[in-house]
Amino acid sequence: MRRRIEWLIEKSLLLSAIVGTLIVMLIAVFTFLEGFPFLAKYGITSFITGKVWDPAYGEFGILSMIIGTFYVTIGALIIGVPIAVACAIFLAEMAPQPLARLFRPIIELLAGIPTVVYGFFGLIVIVGFIKSHFDVPGFSILAASIMLAIMILPTVINISEDAIRAVPKQYKEGSLALGATHWQTIRYVILPGARSGLISAIFLGMGRAIGETMAVIMVAGNTALIPTSMLDPVRTLTINIALEMGYAYGDHSSSLFATGIVLFVLIICLNALVTRLKRRVTE
Amino acid sequence: MQRRSLRIEETLVKAFIYFSVICVVFALFNILWHILSHGVGLITWEFISSYPRDMGRAGGILPSIVGTACLVALAVAVAAPIGILTATYLAEYAGKSGVMRAVRFSIDTLAGVPSIVFGLFGFAFLVIFCGFRWSILSGGLTLAFMILPVIVRTSEEAIKSVPYEYRECSLALGATKWQTVARVVLPAAAPGIVTGIILGIGRSVGETAAIMLTAGSSLGLPTSIMDPVRSLSLHLYILVSEGVSFEMGYATASVLIILIFCVNLITNLLVRYMITKRMGAGAH
Repeated sequence: MRRRIEWLIEKSLLLSAIVGTLIVMLIAVFTFLEGFPFLAKYGITSFITGKVWDPAYGEFGILSMIIGTFYVTIGALIIGVPIAVACAIFLAEMAPQPLARLFRPIIELLAGIPTVVYGFFGLIVIVGFIKSHFDVPGFSILAASIMLAIMILPTVINISEDAIRAVPKQYKEGSLALGATHWQTIRYVILPGARSGLISAIFLGMGRAIGETMAVIMVAGNTALIPTSMLDPVRTLTINIALEMGYAYGDHSSSLFATGIVLFVLIICLNALVTRLKRRVTE
Repeated sequence: MQRRSLRIEETLVKAFIYFSVICVVFALFNILWHILSHGVGLITWEFISSYPRDMGRAGGILPSIVGTACLVALAVAVAAPIGILTATYLAEYAGKSGVMRAVRFSIDTLAGVPSIVFGLFGFAFLVIFCGFRWSILSGGLTLAFMILPVIVRTSEEAIKSVPYEYRECSLALGATKWQTVARVVLPAAAPGIVTGIILGIGRSVGETAAIMLTAGSSLGLPTSIMDPVRSLSLHLYILVSEGVSFEMGYATASVLIILIFCVNLITNLLVRYMITKRMGAGAH
């Protein structure tokens, strides 16, 4: 009797654990179900490499948005990653205890601020700044990249710090005992030792930047054209969905689901990469 | 000569590290100061307790506060039990099986899926397929899916950090595995689990993109779970992006920031409580 109850409990726990898997599958099934017939009809290549997005005239090319997402994400990484890794080194290697204790809640708060609030701030302060300094409307790749760089900081800082802390103490002690300075140790021993952790931090930050919607939508300008400079407006894949889903129907609506498929596949690939990196670390 | 260039390099790197730290601190305080200095003065009792008038140009945000509370409550009510049970399974039962790897991969994927894709899914599955329309139900369930990974991860950490001796003692007294888990391990992990739930609340309060496609944007007070609502964050987005009123935007954003601030404060206090309790237990 007792054993049977235990068995029952274990199975019901397993059942609830499977809910997560079920949701992922449902997400995949439903976005594919809505988007795939459209992709088959319109053609995957012409969807991905088409330069014109004009749903009213049956033109559904998302190349400009793929490029836009790429630029904005790379921009965010270029600005955000060096700062984030520096902060991680600071927290893990340099900061005295009280200072670290002050700094950590700041990062947590930065992670907690709602994305719309970031967007609102970006719209007024960052876009306003670019507008007044470069004589352009200000809604641009640059604005979106700065916005995203701030938003990915907590993710990249936290994971990089963990990676740096995970490097065995003996490595560091060995290096210092050989007469290397603290910075030499950090550069030649600790950072290489933490490499896969740092790379997964960057990938996760990248995932966050690719998936971000509300902050970007308010500062990027949202025109579906291939940008030629940092100060041009862009539309990312996420913006495309958020902006047009409200009134889309028929093919237009399906094309937005197809945009969702592209996003979903991108994120799954990134995630698989991170999982593989993690496994390499533990093995 | 070499030593000198090394010293220059070290100074430069140190300068960059301090510069970065200052950048981060400056970014946060700049954002907080900008929003709060424009917004806090506008938060009055009337703003919190009255209906919006003239599409949100005047009046208050009562329906959005109620709407946000309903969405968050539903999300937590659904995600917390599932999340805690999943974490229990992963930490206590699963071992290193293929099932566990699949579950973990799903949880990681769920954590990475962009919120707008959650919105699309919620729209296709809950709003259309299940026929829930734009409602608290659709929005709350979508949020529940989103915060599930947060709750699972935090709870799993908490369960794993319960000292192994607790389990051994309980098992040695003749308790079954489930009795041990339910009466010894989970109570000991409770503060950590609650922390995960609070983090989930924080995340759902701030979420916008997924809500936008699933919960509607009604300005009325909801009367049932099937009514559409407009959350605070969506209200802020509409106010600002449609240029309705920046003033009301600042005030709404301030309310959001104050909410998040409270959430973070509670989380920190809980974590601190947990650490002192654990250290106390270690001392005996």
